Amino acid sequence: MEILEDKPGKQILLLGNEAITRGALEAGIDVATTYPGTPSSEIADTFSIIAKSFTKQNKDPGFYFEYSTNEKVALEVAAAASFSGLRALTCMKHVGLNVASDAFMTYLYVGCRGGHIIVSADDPSCHSSQNEQDNRYFALFGSAPMLEPSTPDEAKEMTRIGFDLSEELKLPVLLRTTTRLNHVRGSIELKKIQKSRGKGHFEKDTMLVPVPAIARLQHPILLKKMQQAEKISEKSKFNKIIDIGKPDGYGIVTSGVSYNYVMELVNDMNLNVKILKLGMTHPIPSKMCKEFIKSCKNIIIVEELEPILENQIKVMAYDIGSSVKIYGKSSGHFSRLYEYNLDIVADAFSKIFKFKNPFTTPKESKIKLPSRPPSLCPGCPHRATYYAVKKAAPKTTIYPTDIGCYTLGKAPPYETADLLLCMGSNAGTACGLAIATDQKIISFMGDSTFFHAGIPPILDAVHHNHDVVITVLDNRTTAMTGHQPHPGTDFDGMGRHAKRILVEDVVKGCGVKHIEIVDPNKIKETTEAFKRALEFKGPSVVISKSPCILLENRDKRRRGEQISVYEIDQEKCQKCKICINHFACPAINYGEDESIVIDEQQCNGCGNCADICPFDSISPKEAKK
Amino acid sequence: MKDKTNIVITGVGGQGVITAANILGKAALKAKINVFVSEVHGMAQRGGSVNCSVRMGNVSGPLVADGTAHAILSTEPIEALRYIKYSNKNTIIITDINSVIPFTVSVGMEEYPEIESVFKELTNYGKLFKIDAVKTARDAGAIITKNIVMLGALAAADVLPFKSEILLETILETVPSKFKDMNKKAFEGGFKTIKKH
Repeated sequence: MEILEDKPGKQILLLGNEAITRGALEAGIDVATTYPGTPSSEIADTFSIIAKSFTKQNKDPGFYFEYSTNEKVALEVAAAASFSGLRALTCMKHVGLNVASDAFMTYLYVGCRGGHIIVSADDPSCHSSQNEQDNRYFALFGSAPMLEPSTPDEAKEMTRIGFDLSEELKLPVLLRTTTRLNHVRGSIELKKIQKSRGKGHFEKDTMLVPVPAIARLQHPILLKKMQQAEKISEKSKFNKIIDIGKPDGYGIVTSGVSYNYVMELVNDMNLNVKILKLGMTHPIPSKMCKEFIKSCKNIIIVEELEPILENQIKVMAYDIGSSVKIYGKSSGHFSRLYEYNLDIVADAFSKIFKFKNPFTTPKESKIKLPSRPPSLCPGCPHRATYYAVKKAAPKTTIYPTDIGCYTLGKAPPYETADLLLCMGSNAGTACGLAIATDQKIISFMGDSTFFHAGIPPILDAVHHNHDVVITVLDNRTTAMTGHQPHPGTDFDGMGRHAKRILVEDVVKGCGVKHIEIVDPNKIKETTEAFKRALEFKGPSVVISKSPCILLENRDKRRRGEQISVYEIDQEKCQKCKICINHFACPAINYGEDESIVIDEQQCNGCGNCADICPFDSISPKEAKK
Repeated sequence: MKDKTNIVITGVGGQGVITAANILGKAALKAKINVFVSEVHGMAQRGGSVNCSVRMGNVSGPLVADGTAHAILSTEPIEALRYIKYSNKNTIIITDINSVIPFTVSVGMEEYPEIESVFKELTNYGKLFKIDAVKTARDAGAIITKNIVMLGALAAADVLPFKSEILLETILETVPSKFKDMNKKAFEGGFKTIKKH
């Protein structure tokens, strides 16, 4: 495995996320934890791939890795490893830190022992997220030292050195990344892989229990640590001033991915500027920043999302009585919305430096193109569940949904996603809707989401007897983020056998009296089950069990089994279009002369279309490899 | 913008777009050229629109800027048009001629444009090469090698800052050994389709 090569000095191409994993290996990582979430997933998946390859050979990878139940548990597991003197890393997507924030905020009071890196993968432009919150605020909110890499190589170095920083300050370090770092490949220079520490030892200390009297002592200690952190920030190699050409009063302050766009433009446009490149962005080095402000007449601040550097620079300018002109978000040159690119930064620079934007205004095709939104895969069992639900439920039914592939039920013709906030919100909002309306309510969540955050609202439904139908779409994996295991699978992130927890056992334990367990591929039976659940007064849970078709077909291929695709008998087909208009499998299309055909390249062989066809015109064709 | 090579690779999820971009990035590194590969993929495993930026040479921004692509490589015709903002009149546009119909079209919500009009429109934005990558891939042994056919075509288009041999070597190092012959055929097949133009 290339990522495990112990050849210091060698350059290899790595994804930003893989580079973070490599950085942890070069720092002698002991414990890594996560709950998967785009754009962070490949950090943890890389740990898992490495661990599994060792497990296969009956060897120890030198670290422990787990896909935890949720981000809060992930942070707690890793924090405990740190309390025991081990090096730990926890990675999650930005909204994951909301889940983990209860632990995070007080963890900073308590402090850590072994180095601990907490990776937040933010998602400007919401490429795969429900919001684009800027988690740099968490570093300011909780007083956490923060590193913000610009390139994969820097991400690796910040991870590696971040462990030392964390141990020096006895504080977890927030490594704040964005999609355009996580999902960019670049060359990185390998350094030596360090041996892990093995078993740690937990030293008891009354300061680890922040009862009010202790917490009041912890807070000033934390502030003192941040003063120490600022001294480190002043000297950090990640904070630097770069002169381009002959600077003539213009300065640029930037961090993260924005730095790349700035550098390319100032070089291409032959600008004479000085650049303050901040890599350790909390606490920012105020002495360095103030000197920089003093040396400039105009300062441009380039940072995606919130004006976090901008506001701090402005405060400092005020403090030193500087009259420097500041261009940024409040001046209207940059937006608080979405991710930046060369075009956006060039547009702002062209106004400030008075040059013609080198990039052409975007052309758009004169032909109207059909959109290609993500859709449920051909053969996805969620489609069958949704088809059955729509048969069973009255039109006014409300469908609270959740985070996972099944959110794609939002699209027509299913339209089974009416309300969404966050992980687990389907069942919580279902309870509220039952109080607030007389409408029927059928909510949806996946099995991984059920374990993550879906259980407490079910308890609420049972305790208060809310009249809701809560559906768990149990496809035995965390499908959306790349098929990671969860408490309902019989293996774990290390590739070891794990105890499988059945959704129905948990639901029974929660006190739910009406439980329906269905195979959604049996559409008629599933429809009947939803009808019964709707009739039941009080909370009912429908567990719709069928493995993700992609996983199932992968396993079949590995076993050498064939997948039979389906075809439509053109003699029998009456063109009723139920398979297209109501079932809407992407593999079913119009062929020549308005005939309806199944694209065998796309067909995954679930056979549900054969079930729903009223004229028996669909049947298995032949096996495809 | 000298000393830079900007390649945009687009297509539909599941067609090997990201793999192709990754291979191109590895080849650049092998040729000791600075490179960034950026993936933009949506939520679903399959079926969505995918595009990747591969930037080589004197670059630091990971995304291709509007109007600066040296080549747009598309595994589906309308996906080339969807990302046409990256093109300028010198851009080489290589597209597979085989359409993948979005479900928005199959359920009748939207229309797939007439294919010849798509090709005609593409010629307004750059130098167009149409190839039947599905056929070439099938001839090589499997449709799954279509992305390699596309890379072969790109290698023949004289835009890459390194020799086509380096790209082929990288492909052969990346794929499992039992599929080496098939991928070599696919690459060479793609290469020939452009050289014939």
